[in-house]
Amino acid sequence: MSIFLLLPVLVPFLTAVVTMLFWHERLIQRRVNVVGGIAFFVAALGLLALVWRDGIQATQIGNWPAPFGITLVADLFSAIMVVMAGLMGLVVAVYSLGSIDERREAFGYYPLLHTLLMGVSGAFLTGDMFNLYVWFEVMLIASFVLMALGGQRDQLEGALKYVTINLLSSALFLTSVGILYSVTGTLNMADLAHQISSGAVDSGLATVLAMMFLVAFGIKAGLFPLFFWLPASYHTPPIAITALFSGLLTKVGVYALVRVFTLIFVQDVDYTHTLLMVIAGLTMVTGVLGAVAQTEVRRLLSFHIISQIGYLLMGLGLFTELALTGVIVFMVHVIIAKSALFLVSGIVRQVAGSYDLKQLGGLYRTNAGLAALFFLPALALAGLPPFSGFWAKLTLVRAGLETEEYAIVAVSLVVSVLTLFSMTKIWAEAFWKDRPGQDEAFQPLLSPQRIALLGPVIVLAALTVILGLGAEPLIDLGTEAAAQLLNPSEYIQAVLGDVA
Amino acid sequence: MDSVVLRTATRYLLPLLLLFSVFALLRGHNEPGGGFVGGLVAATAFALYAVGYGVAAARQLLQTSPRRLIGIGLLVAASSGLIGMAWGDPFLTARWDTREIPVVGKLGTPLLFDIGVYLVVIGVALTIIFALIEAEEEA
Amino acid sequence: MEVILAIVIGALYAAGLYMMMRRSFVKLVIGLSLLGYASSLLIFTVNGVTRGQPPLVQEGMTQPVEPFADPLPQALILTAIVIGFGVQAFALVLFKRTYQSANTDDLDGIKSTEESGKVRSPEMT
Repeated sequence: MSIFLLLPVLVPFLTAVVTMLFWHERLIQRRVNVVGGIAFFVAALGLLALVWRDGIQATQIGNWPAPFGITLVADLFSAIMVVMAGLMGLVVAVYSLGSIDERREAFGYYPLLHTLLMGVSGAFLTGDMFNLYVWFEVMLIASFVLMALGGQRDQLEGALKYVTINLLSSALFLTSVGILYSVTGTLNMADLAHQISSGAVDSGLATVLAMMFLVAFGIKAGLFPLFFWLPASYHTPPIAITALFSGLLTKVGVYALVRVFTLIFVQDVDYTHTLLMVIAGLTMVTGVLGAVAQTEVRRLLSFHIISQIGYLLMGLGLFTELALTGVIVFMVHVIIAKSALFLVSGIVRQVAGSYDLKQLGGLYRTNAGLAALFFLPALALAGLPPFSGFWAKLTLVRAGLETEEYAIVAVSLVVSVLTLFSMTKIWAEAFWKDRPGQDEAFQPLLSPQRIALLGPVIVLAALTVILGLGAEPLIDLGTEAAAQLLNPSEYIQAVLGDVA
Repeated sequence: MDSVVLRTATRYLLPLLLLFSVFALLRGHNEPGGGFVGGLVAATAFALYAVGYGVAAARQLLQTSPRRLIGIGLLVAASSGLIGMAWGDPFLTARWDTREIPVVGKLGTPLLFDIGVYLVVIGVALTIIFALIEAEEEA
Repeated sequence: MEVILAIVIGALYAAGLYMMMRRSFVKLVIGLSLLGYASSLLIFTVNGVTRGQPPLVQEGMTQPVEPFADPLPQALILTAIVIGFGVQAFALVLFKRTYQSANTDDLDGIKSTEESGKVRSPEMT
């Protein structure tokens, strides 16, 4: 059934090509964009259902046997990530209809959007280190152009920083891949895992390589102390793009970290995973403290992306089945809640004309519905019951208590409180307080735009509640996926067949 | 640029270059050549024409926009990967026809893939070259 | 041979990083491309330099004669070069546009996206 593994890559590819063929026909592009978004999401769900039913799926591209050819693999973790990419793709594709201006549409916004999605799902599905590099580049090149598209001064300056840092990280990634190949003679992830676990590679050397990958992926994921490019660039493009970047791009970095630190580099867990945990704590704290100081909504939320990455890394550092379950549940939760907040802030900008908390106010009185749409994901992000974030954080905290890592648990709880504080700040400033300078009236949303903007946000806000009240299926799925991550032999067998 | 020598030479070189590009494309599977090189040679032919006669004339000669060539090329390349899947093989598995055809050799999906690459390379190269020449003409 | 290449690689990394830490846009681009070359050359060198032994299968045999050069690093480098070429071309255009709009080629002159008071918004329609 290799077609299911292929579709999440092929569907965005075809959507990008078809939108490019209709370069001058804006209406057709918009329609194809939505159809492609739906098809991608459905394809991703199909893959998840297949992996849930039949276990890990693998296909050898071009029928070249592993480890010589390129392998596409989907375990549950990959499949869940692909589904999240599909959800984000669909949501942003619809939201873009109401928020992206005609000039950007005329210069290839939709082809780029779907190329980005192709790169993301390729990165989630590949089973080969060099191929992962290639998918990273596909994704990055599309994201570079999306960030600069429009050409405002801020965008160009933000893009310059983003491009520079990412190219540096790519060069480091490529270097690490080269050395990895010279040490092990293979780049197939399953084969790498097999070689390193069977002791064919000196464990000290493997740890050095692990650190190189940690830095390369850490830059992309926005870890402490490598995150400074993120709040300097993420707020500059239109909000639909910011939401997509915050939902997917840093998460691809985290995905790569989880993949290599559960499958390949598990030879010296005491050292590597303790280090991961220290970085996790620092990432959380610096991210949330940076957020407290901000008054611009998009910059504030950008800093929160960083602190949330810390939670994901904490689970990886704890490295138990419960902790990895927490990582997966948290990943699903944070992608939904974070993007919902960005998209709501875009609507706030549309209605009240600003992203600046000092100039906003009084929205609760006139737009109670919008206020509710902000309120739900904000509380979810802070981790209050009964929203999705509560279960995610509870799982991580329980995992921390079980392994007696009290320090990181304490840090994560303090950071939660601070997150709640900065969500309250947005609430109080933008929605609750009186509006400074009452002269201009709020802009009402017009009807077709209304659906395109509010629809996606309502879906995401509803999901934070649904995943909170009915968390059990997601936690079951996460537990199953975590069990697969902790037992690499299943993965290796799916790719290589029976070895040793 | 207004040069009689260049225009006259282009008129004779254009068909030769295009023929050579197809030759490079067809021999590419087992010998030096291939879709990438063939595409570059074909793009050179059109670029030469654009320099001699202007971009508008070159676009007319091409009949379609370079961007459309990229799209079609990508579709052709992707379809070559899908053909093998009809026999239950993984994506991009090659299928060969057993009959030998003079000059071309055996027909198979890798040739289709190469044709896709050929079109994409022409499209990309000409998109860039036309944009650069047009920027020059405007200035 | 490996020793000379190792020194060259080290020099390329050093030069690339040095250029990146200068404050000019142009030097930054040069630094980035030097880093790309350094990693390509590194992949080539760490996987062993083999002289005059192409990995070609002779007529009537099923595998090439040992020792032969590993073709994979070269395939990796080729891919990396093509990707690097595209990315660098984009970076050049981006840097030129930034230079035109910010009217400076000094990296210290483009801090407006980092100061929270000065943030402007892209237009939405």
